[in-house]
Amino acid sequence: MSGPLSPALPAVAAGGPRTGPARRPRKRWGDRLLYGYTWLVLIWLFAPIAVMIAFGFNDTRSKSNVSWQGFTFKWWGRLGDYPDLTLAVVNSVTIALLATLITTVLGTLMGVALGRYRFRGQGATNLVMFAAISSPELVMGASLLSLFVSLGVQTGYYTIVIAHVLFAVSFVAVTVRARVVGLDPSIEEAARDLGASTWVTFWRVTFPMILPGVVSGALLAFALSIDDFVITQFTSGPTITFPLWIYGAVRIGVPPQVNILGTLIFAVGVAIAVINTVTSRRRT
Amino acid sequence: MTEIQAGRGAAVAAASGDSQVPAIELDGVVKEYQAQGEVVQAVKGVSLSIAEGEFFSMLGPSGCGKTTTMRMIAGFEDPSRGTVRLHGQDVTDVPPNKRDVNMVFQSYALFPHMSVWENVAFGLRRRRVPAQEIKNRVGAILEIVDLTGREKRRPREMSGGQQQRVALARALVNNPRALLLDEPLGALDLKLRQAMQMELKRIQREVGITFVYVTHDQNEALTMSDRIAVMNDGLVEQLAGPREIYERPATTFVAGFIGTSNLLSGTAERVDGGTALLRVGERGRVLVPVGDDVRQGGAVEVTVRPEKIRISVEEPAADVSAVPGTVAEVVYLGTYNSYAVNLAGGAEFTVFEQNASNSDITAERGASVWLSWQPQHSYAIGS
Repeated sequence: MSGPLSPALPAVAAGGPRTGPARRPRKRWGDRLLYGYTWLVLIWLFAPIAVMIAFGFNDTRSKSNVSWQGFTFKWWGRLGDYPDLTLAVVNSVTIALLATLITTVLGTLMGVALGRYRFRGQGATNLVMFAAISSPELVMGASLLSLFVSLGVQTGYYTIVIAHVLFAVSFVAVTVRARVVGLDPSIEEAARDLGASTWVTFWRVTFPMILPGVVSGALLAFALSIDDFVITQFTSGPTITFPLWIYGAVRIGVPPQVNILGTLIFAVGVAIAVINTVTSRRRT
Repeated sequence: MTEIQAGRGAAVAAASGDSQVPAIELDGVVKEYQAQGEVVQAVKGVSLSIAEGEFFSMLGPSGCGKTTTMRMIAGFEDPSRGTVRLHGQDVTDVPPNKRDVNMVFQSYALFPHMSVWENVAFGLRRRRVPAQEIKNRVGAILEIVDLTGREKRRPREMSGGQQQRVALARALVNNPRALLLDEPLGALDLKLRQAMQMELKRIQREVGITFVYVTHDQNEALTMSDRIAVMNDGLVEQLAGPREIYERPATTFVAGFIGTSNLLSGTAERVDGGTALLRVGERGRVLVPVGDDVRQGGAVEVTVRPEKIRISVEEPAADVSAVPGTVAEVVYLGTYNSYAVNLAGGAEFTVFEQNASNSDITAERGASVWLSWQPQHSYAIGS
C-alpha cells in the first residue's frame, strides 16, 4: 500500500507499520469496554424482573417468599388461591383498559387540536397539561381526594378511572401533538380538495398518519394506569387494585401468586411492545 | 397543436366579451389578514377571467399574493371581499371539497400511507364512482403520466419526479373543470424541471383542461402559458400573452421582473404622430412610440430589451434611436457577449450581442461606442 510513497518519504514509510498495529488493539479494547458496559446496563435493568419471574417458581414453605427453596410449578396451579387478589388484578386490568380507552380518545382530540389549530386558551391548555405531567403524584392524589370528598362523591372504582384518565391524558395529548405538528398540512388540504369532507379527511388521512402516535400514547396510558399506586391509594375508597393489594400484603408476606401475576402482566406488555415495533417497522 | 389554438381562441373570445362562460372568474377579490393587531392585505383587489382550456400563469416574486389568489380559487382561503366564480357559478362560500377544481401542491401532499393507486383513486372514491370505472380511469391516467406498473408503490419509494406525476394524476383523474398548480416543479432540479415543463404542456394538450399555474420562474411562465398575470404586492401588474409581456411590459416592475430590461427616463422634447423624441446627454436621441397621454414636455420612461440593441463604433443613421456611451464591462457568454455600457445621460445599459460571424468583440472595456435600436423595439411606460 505504501509502495509508491516509501522511496520518496522514508520517514513516513518507517513510521507507518509502527502506528498501524499500535492503533488496532486500542480500538479493540475500547470495543470490549463498550460491550461489557452495555451488558452491565442490561443486567442492571433486567435483574429485578428476572428475580420476580424466578420467585414465581419458588417452592417456598413459609408465608414470605424471599429465600430460594427449590423449583416448582405448583403455584401456577394455585393461581386463584386468594380470591381478593384475583379481584384486585381484574380491577387493575379493567380500570387500565377503561382509562386507556377514554384517555386515548380525549388525548388524541386534544393533541390534534393543539397541534393543528390556533385558538384562544391554547397557551393555558399547554400549561395545564405540563402541570399535570410534572406535578407530584402525592399532591394530585391528595387534591383529588379533597375534591371528591367536598363534592360528596363516594370514592371507589370509577373515581380511580377518573383519576387515571386525568393524569394520563396529558401524556397521550403530548405524544399525538408531536405527531400532528410534524405533518404537512397540505396533505389534509389535498384530501379536502379531492372531495373529502372534514370527517372523511380525519378518518382516511389524518388518523392513519397520526396512528403511531396514538398507539404509543395508548400504551403509555395503559402502563401508567396499571401500576399506579399513589393516586390510586387516595381515590380508591373500598376498591382494591393489584398494586394496593401487594402493598397491603407486604407486612404479612407476598405469596408467589403475585410474582406469577406480575410475570403475566409483564409478558403481555412485552408482547404488545414487540407487535408495535414489528408493525411500525412495516409501516415505515 | 390544435388544442393550444383552441385554448388561445377561447381566451380571445372571453376577452372580447363573447357569450362563452369563462372557467374561472375573480371579481375584485381582496384577502386581508390580522397580523399583530394590524390588517395586512395579501391580495389587494384582483379581477381576472380565465378561459376554458387555457394555460394561465400567475407569475410574481414570493409574497406577491399569487399563491393566496390560487388558494381562494381552490377554496382554502375565504376572500375578505369580492367574488369567485367557476363556470359562471358563485362559489365564494363553497368549501373546497364541493368545488370542481383540483390542486397540485408544491410539496405534492401525497398520502404517505396509501399506494400510488390508492392515492390516485382517492378523489373518485369520494364521489362514489363505480369500482370498474375507477379501475379504468386510474389505469388510463397512470398511463398518461407514464407510471403504469408502479401502482403498488408507496410515495416515499419514488423519486421526486415520479411523486410529482402521481400528484398530477391524482388531480387530473377527477376530470376537474380546472387544475390549479402551485409551483409544482419548484422542488425538482433544473434538468428534470425542463423535462416536466414539456410534459405538463403535453398533458394539458391531451386532456384539454384549464390549467392555472403559479410560479415565480419567469422562464417557466413564458415557456408554457397562453396568458400570464404578472403580480406584485397583491395586484396584477399586467395580464397578457407571453410575447406581449416580454415585448411590451406595461409597468417598470414587469419590465424589471421579466428578463433583463434597460430603463431610460427623460422629457419628451417633441411629440409628433404618436412618436416622442427624447434627448439623452448632448448627442443622444431616442425615438419612442407613445400614447395620447404623453405631451410635449412630459416625463417619459423608455424600456429596451438588451438583445434589440446594436453596439457600434461609428455613429448610426438618423432614423434610429442612438445614444453614445462608454463600455464598462464585457462578458463573454458563449452564444453571445454581454456589454455593460454607461450612457451619456447617466443610465447603465446592458447589451447582448450574438456571436454570429466571429468571436471578435466589437468594443473593448473603456471604448466609446454608440448604442442604437429601432424605435418600434422600445416602449414608453406610463409612470
